[in-house]
Amino acid sequence: MRAAVITFPGSNCDRDMAVAIEKVSGKAPLRVWHGDAELPQGLDFIALPGGFSYGDYLRSGAMAAKSPVMQGVIAAAARGVAVLGVCNGFQVLTEAGLLPGALMRNAGQTFICRTVPLKVENNQSLFTNRYAAGQVIQIPVAHHDGNYFADDATLDRLEGDGRVAFRFGENCNGSRRDIAGILNAGGNVLGMMPHPERAIEQDHGGTDGRALFESVIGSLVAA
Amino acid sequence: MKVRIFVNLKPGVLDPQGRAVHHALEGLGFEGVADVRVGRLIELDVADSTTDEALDEMCRKLLANMVIENYRVEKLESA
Repeated sequence: MRAAVITFPGSNCDRDMAVAIEKVSGKAPLRVWHGDAELPQGLDFIALPGGFSYGDYLRSGAMAAKSPVMQGVIAAAARGVAVLGVCNGFQVLTEAGLLPGALMRNAGQTFICRTVPLKVENNQSLFTNRYAAGQVIQIPVAHHDGNYFADDATLDRLEGDGRVAFRFGENCNGSRRDIAGILNAGGNVLGMMPHPERAIEQDHGGTDGRALFESVIGSLVAA
Repeated sequence: MKVRIFVNLKPGVLDPQGRAVHHALEGLGFEGVADVRVGRLIELDVADSTTDEALDEMCRKLLANMVIENYRVEKLESA
């Protein structure tokens, strides 16, 4: 299994993401800089970390979505490579058109930084198969722009196709239909606002995020 | 050529920022404000030969997020 973590200027959870992948897979992921025109060959798993890429200029994730490396990520996603975007990474995936909808300013206007309950809506996906259906897990959120928006037709389609991976147990940011994480049509791209990489070890206060990495890494190693 | 791009949220998309500003205006005692929507103004200085199609493409590809926003292009005459 060959994994990479992309770092944009202003990413700040890239190291946490790399540590989480290494803890679970036993192998440190490659670190890729946003300006790299080409991704390393033969990647199985690409992670876009949280942070404030490009200072959230224009819109969160908008500038990063147009950076050179994202052309490679879009092409890799089309080939079926697993892509995980957390927080700012989720914002980048929507801005890049890999996931539908948009992440707007939190309804309460404030930055939210706390642990919230999340319901696993789909436990059949590449990223969630080590969770139980309907399991409620505790994962930290830390965002200002996590208010998921899509039109009704898109939301109906996401729900009908089982593409809502996680819902908030308490709607902390105004997201439509409590959506916290969604999959692409192929099931190989997941974007989510909460930070599973911050719930890997007991010292984090919880380990509920670990099964997400075990799901995707386990599936890729078995493949 | 100077160009102004106005970007605002589509009708029906909730604008928490606009709502907060509305609330603040009411708090300051201003009456009769029915609604507030906060948008963005982007000023470009582009070659006179820049086509309308190119400006539209700039808006659709980067300056506006067409999922939630509309844009309007206003061209100002060169000085």
